[in-house]
Amino acid sequence: MSKIPGDLQYTKSHEWVRRMQNGAVEIGITDHAQSALGDLVFVEVPDVGRALNAGDACAVVESVKAASDVYSPLAGKVTSSNGALASQPELLNQDPYGAGWLFRLQTSASADSAVLLSAAAYASFLADESK
Amino acid sequence: MGLKTPLYDLHIRLGAKIVDFGGWDMPLHYGSQIEEHHAVRRDAGMFDVSHMAIVDLKGVRVREFLRLLLANDVARLKTIGKALYSCMLLPDGGVIDDLIVYYLAESWYRLVVNAGTRNKDLLWIRRHAADFSVAVAERQDLAMIAVQGPNARQKTALLLAPAQQTALLELQPFCGAEFGTWFAARTGYTGEDGFELMLAAADAADAWNRLLAQGVKPAGLGARDTLRLEAGMNLYGNDMDENHHPLASGLAWTVAFEPSERAFIGRSALENARRSGGPELVGLILEDRGVLRSHQKVMTGGANAPVGEVTSGTFSPTMNRSIALARVPNPSSSTVQVEIRGKLHAARVVKPPFVRHGKPLIAI
Repeated sequence: MSKIPGDLQYTKSHEWVRRMQNGAVEIGITDHAQSALGDLVFVEVPDVGRALNAGDACAVVESVKAASDVYSPLAGKVTSSNGALASQPELLNQDPYGAGWLFRLQTSASADSAVLLSAAAYASFLADESK
Repeated sequence: MGLKTPLYDLHIRLGAKIVDFGGWDMPLHYGSQIEEHHAVRRDAGMFDVSHMAIVDLKGVRVREFLRLLLANDVARLKTIGKALYSCMLLPDGGVIDDLIVYYLAESWYRLVVNAGTRNKDLLWIRRHAADFSVAVAERQDLAMIAVQGPNARQKTALLLAPAQQTALLELQPFCGAEFGTWFAARTGYTGEDGFELMLAAADAADAWNRLLAQGVKPAGLGARDTLRLEAGMNLYGNDMDENHHPLASGLAWTVAFEPSERAFIGRSALENARRSGGPELVGLILEDRGVLRSHQKVMTGGANAPVGEVTSGTFSPTMNRSIALARVPNPSSSTVQVEIRGKLHAARVVKPPFVRHGKPLIAI
């Protein structure tokens, strides 16, 4: 069973969102996503300062076998991205909710988080998907 | 629900992630593809390759038949047990399949062909075998396990009775022989030393478990692909197919044009292609970060120059770089540009293999 921390929010495209202070959020991909991709060998994160709309393809994670886009769960401006992944993409396999984070956003005032799933809702979405 | 090899239940028990491969339910990896790759380069790993088809050909005219059927020449096989890699071609030179042929007796040769092509291969072989009264028998009673890596031969030998161990370890590269109920060949698809074992399907699980007990690590199709690409070995369907002849697929070395009087299927098409030149398969090493993938475009010159294509690309765990095979129109260029997600990235043109016997052959 993949890990789904209760204090995060999720998307159906397998990103997670961690609420920080004053509208800042941290974003990564879920344990389920890293496990499905297999050993990651290349990660491309968005440039700092880039403005993103919700749903924009903004990062790429590549395993030995395939490349996958990561979509921004929320609108906002990129304030930092995880440079350690350039030399250690395996951090994303080892610690998807911690050292494997991808980027941080300052969300726009209008950012709509209604589409995000709770941990329980994401767990049941995964259960339905595997049927 | 796909076809299952005799080892399927063991793969499940070992936690394999199963994928469809040519209609077969096969292990992709057992946890970490990269660890499995390193196990083969540094110690010993094993692959279930029972999905591949073993085809026995028997008849007094079998050699004559194979000298027509195959682009390489079985007359090069002088001693019993010797193996040869060859393409089987259409009359227009397109590759029906690549295979290994073993010389087992004067009137008995054995082919090992790809899983995904077995049906069309068997139709083609039977169609031509009839003229030579050669009997074609698919050996579905046999399983096949590839044990590969610097310690693979020693660990495999420990499964045999002491009297047979020495003989197994004395087997020369690209040769096979019978050891009790096994047929063992010193061949493989990884660029490492090792054996491919053909044995009764009913005995396969026992052999697998005994190899496991010797510390041989199960490895899946994922590691098999990165290992073969590092070793510069083609994959049928990616690096050659019915639309490309062997000379455009890095396989000129497998075509026996001599003796000139041997009339193999595809010969005249290849002689024309040889005269006119054309695209060739080269190795690429990506200079930037990123991963080369099949079907990416390869720019070899100015804006109007013809464009090549990556046929197989991956991340090389041994070199910690992305490597590829690519079919390019002018193989003399030393660097090319590969388009990855709309951007051009520099790649160096090299001669495969990239890695042999655990060591990178090309400086980064």
